[in-house]
Amino acid sequence: MTLQERIQAVIRSVARKPAPADPEESLFESGVLDSFALPDMVSAIEKEFGIQVPDADLNPRKFDSVARIAGYIEERAS
Amino acid sequence: MAFLRAVGRFVPERVVANAELAARLGCEPAWIREVSGIVERRYGSESVVEMATLAAADCLAQAGVEASSIGCVIVSSGSAQRRFPGPAAETAARLGIGGAPAIDLPVASAGSLFAMALAADLAGRFGRVLVIASEKMSAVMEGAAPDRNTAILFGDGAGACLVDAAEGWARIENFKLHSDGAFADHLRLDFNQGLHMDGRTVILQAARKIPAAIREVLQAAGLAPADVSAFLMHQANQNLIVKVAQALEAPPEKFYSNIARYGNTSSASMLIAAAEWRRENPQAGGPVVFAAFGAGFHWGALLALGS
Repeated sequence: MTLQERIQAVIRSVARKPAPADPEESLFESGVLDSFALPDMVSAIEKEFGIQVPDADLNPRKFDSVARIAGYIEERAS
Repeated sequence: MAFLRAVGRFVPERVVANAELAARLGCEPAWIREVSGIVERRYGSESVVEMATLAAADCLAQAGVEASSIGCVIVSSGSAQRRFPGPAAETAARLGIGGAPAIDLPVASAGSLFAMALAADLAGRFGRVLVIASEKMSAVMEGAAPDRNTAILFGDGAGACLVDAAEGWARIENFKLHSDGAFADHLRLDFNQGLHMDGRTVILQAARKIPAAIREVLQAAGLAPADVSAFLMHQANQNLIVKVAQALEAPPEKFYSNIARYGNTSSASMLIAAAEWRRENPQAGGPVVFAAFGAGFHWGALLALGS
């Protein structure tokens, strides 16, 4: 599984909807995630990838698309 | 040592149901309820000071104490009618508490929590500290109109809490307060502007910070969420309250909620909820947890134990 596929699986499990095929597409504008599912998705990302998202990074822009989430995870891993 | 002696509240008479607001904002009443848990809210003709005075009078009546015995007044409001003076001194004067220090706390949603914490520390010096939170959010909504997602949330009201150095139904055990100005722009009310709220950021931050603050006060007392008899939170959004309960793995029914009837009354909401919870549960003692999160960001929690 690629990083993006793992992220899409997390989104699918939280939102109970498939993640957008386009990794750049907004998860909010596409209706996949709403404001109240976002905290659950961030927690699920932390669990899946073994990272801790600090409060300073709790900005929806960082988690707005599969591509942005992937970029954030890669940044944390480096 | 400081005790919660009594709580009181005032809400205006005029009920603004979702249908009225939905017609004005071009949305469905059911959508408002779905995204917020709110069914109706109150809009009043009373000023911040008038509502504060009425809530305080209710609190003092519940406590059975004279206003003249109050040593200090703290008034929280993010919707006061002018830059200065704030509503504290005028409210104190109307209550007949002339001469005692009256402190304004323009902290918005977390203001009543911060005021209670300050009162706990000030009670040793002043004896009785009257905490009041009063918000006229309808006036804020009437100004430069906020977006629909924000306009559906707010209502008017006031709450009050008497913190007493000597006696009360619960003793304030500890509190944890936090502030982080890095997110100041995400929830703000600028002069002559509409309320700006980046809801996604607020919810994302609050969903993590509120449970963390609650855990802080409980762990400091050697307690777990399961030990708490009631959680009295800022009534921001029913979906957020449920999310906090889930994060703490606590039964949602322990989280008192009246947001369906009053909407989000900013800093007043936690004390209005406390006053109504107390009336419905007059024999209940602690452990009770108060918690709030709002503009700033400011957030925290306060633990009171049965005395």
